[in-house]
Amino acid sequence: MKQLNTKIIKNEQVAPGFYRMRIESGYLSGKSKPGQFVEVRCSEGSDPLLRRPLGVHRIINNGIEILYEVVGKGTKVLSGKKTGEGLDIIGPLGNGFDIVSADTAIIVAGGIGVAPLMALAEKLVSRRGSVIVLIGACKKEHILCERDFKNTGAKVLTATEDGSCGKKGRVTDILEDMLRLPVFGARSPIYACGPSGMLAAVARIAGSNRIPCQVSLEERMACGVGVCLGCPVKIRKSSTQYEYKMVCKDGPVFNAEDIAW
Amino acid sequence: MVNLSVKIGKLKLKNPVMAASGTFGPEYRQLIDVGSIGAVIAKTITLKARAGNKPPRIAEAPSGMLNSIGLENKGLDDFINNKIQLFPKGKTALIVSISGDSDEEFKELLKALNKIDKVSAIELNLSCPNVKHGSRHGLTAQDKGAVSETVEAVRRLTKLPLIAKLSPCVTDIAGIARAAEKAGADAVSLINTFPAMAVDIETRKPLLGNMSGGLSGPAIKPIALKMVWDTYQKVKIPIIGIGGIMGYEDAVEFILCGATCVQIGTANFVDPRTPAETLRGITSYLAKNKIDDINELIGRLGK
Repeated sequence: MKQLNTKIIKNEQVAPGFYRMRIESGYLSGKSKPGQFVEVRCSEGSDPLLRRPLGVHRIINNGIEILYEVVGKGTKVLSGKKTGEGLDIIGPLGNGFDIVSADTAIIVAGGIGVAPLMALAEKLVSRRGSVIVLIGACKKEHILCERDFKNTGAKVLTATEDGSCGKKGRVTDILEDMLRLPVFGARSPIYACGPSGMLAAVARIAGSNRIPCQVSLEERMACGVGVCLGCPVKIRKSSTQYEYKMVCKDGPVFNAEDIAW
Repeated sequence: MVNLSVKIGKLKLKNPVMAASGTFGPEYRQLIDVGSIGAVIAKTITLKARAGNKPPRIAEAPSGMLNSIGLENKGLDDFINNKIQLFPKGKTALIVSISGDSDEEFKELLKALNKIDKVSAIELNLSCPNVKHGSRHGLTAQDKGAVSETVEAVRRLTKLPLIAKLSPCVTDIAGIARAAEKAGADAVSLINTFPAMAVDIETRKPLLGNMSGGLSGPAIKPIALKMVWDTYQKVKIPIIGIGGIMGYEDAVEFILCGATCVQIGTANFVDPRTPAETLRGITSYLAKNKIDDINELIGRLGK
């Protein structure tokens, strides 16, 4: 990890309220792994004060891309940044996905949870694996990156709660349907990112099908490197004992079965 | 050559810039040179491990942040066996922050830390807003008698310089500081965070898992300055100014109000280079103003 003065190559709206930023940095391009994140300083002043942790969306030749939803002050400021502006970034941070060798991998994304999974899909496809991507959202406009995932060579299925795109229902419904097919099983690891309710459901489904499952978590952070102990997640030590681990330093990717959901 | 060195009790620091407890750790070694500043205050340790508060532990406020970490730490033994060697040797003083539910716990911590060469001084955290202290009501730092008692209890046990870290949530911080001084503290550090809240209006729940937390950052700086100034009128021991310092300009304000040293806390999360840059800035400020000893600037606030 390094603190870097990077340059914004592009910052474009990809859907109402969602933006994709391309950042120039040879260091981040060379060092980032799928599932890692960066801490972005949105404002030079003191409001908003803290950096924003954002997942590495894609690792490109001369930098990285981040995909973000405007949810508050920090991301609002970020969405107004223009091509050529500088950006103070600390990264790459966190552990990233543990890429398991498998014939088929299943990626499950909810809403903006697609963000760190694109880099993962690209990596999995480059290793000649077959990749199935399940994307869920409340409505069609919030199904992000469907075409981009298809362009990697992955097979994509979608679900929306209002039925405006793909199956009407939740992304976990299509996951369960799919796992009933005999071709899937313990050999098809699941990688997931999305709202915590969705992740808990994915973890439950993976557990009952005895499928290894990794989830990428989101938490409010300050330092991003393990100093402040501000982003804990409750981890099962035994059937009765728990401990806190830090999403920034020990994660953001965890084995789903380790988390006390 | 400008003299930047200052003294806390018998401890001579190469310069007055410190990194505040809980905001700076060996994890930053990959990002910055942690050896340029005067001292690093390690995250508060307690005798036994503490799990800390439930998440979320962090929220943002205008020009500030709220935290409710709850003194998560793995306890004294883990600190001595696994943490202490991660701090750099020599160049930068290591100050250990300790907290206890009783004077007995403070004493046990002191007895163990006394034996460790690398420990240059002790900061008594009497003011964390996120923990409950045994049977006492409120914080130790809110009661002159309790402050005297704890400082006296540990004073008898150690020759290490003792710094009492004070809470802003008092009617008369100078009086509390005076009690610490009389009880034998070598310095006081102020201020700790303000108890504060933030609310999510959509879920209608507090943003912090522990309901409330401590407010830090630039938002509290003007209040901290006034408290340092008030305290400077009442005590002779050095004051370590803390509260929203983001750069050398803020640090110089604190020094002019009577601080011998400054601690940088929240700013580390925003930019971990802040302590080193603050030090550089103070150095050029002194040179530009033809002041050859930083000690000449302390409390020199014109009227």
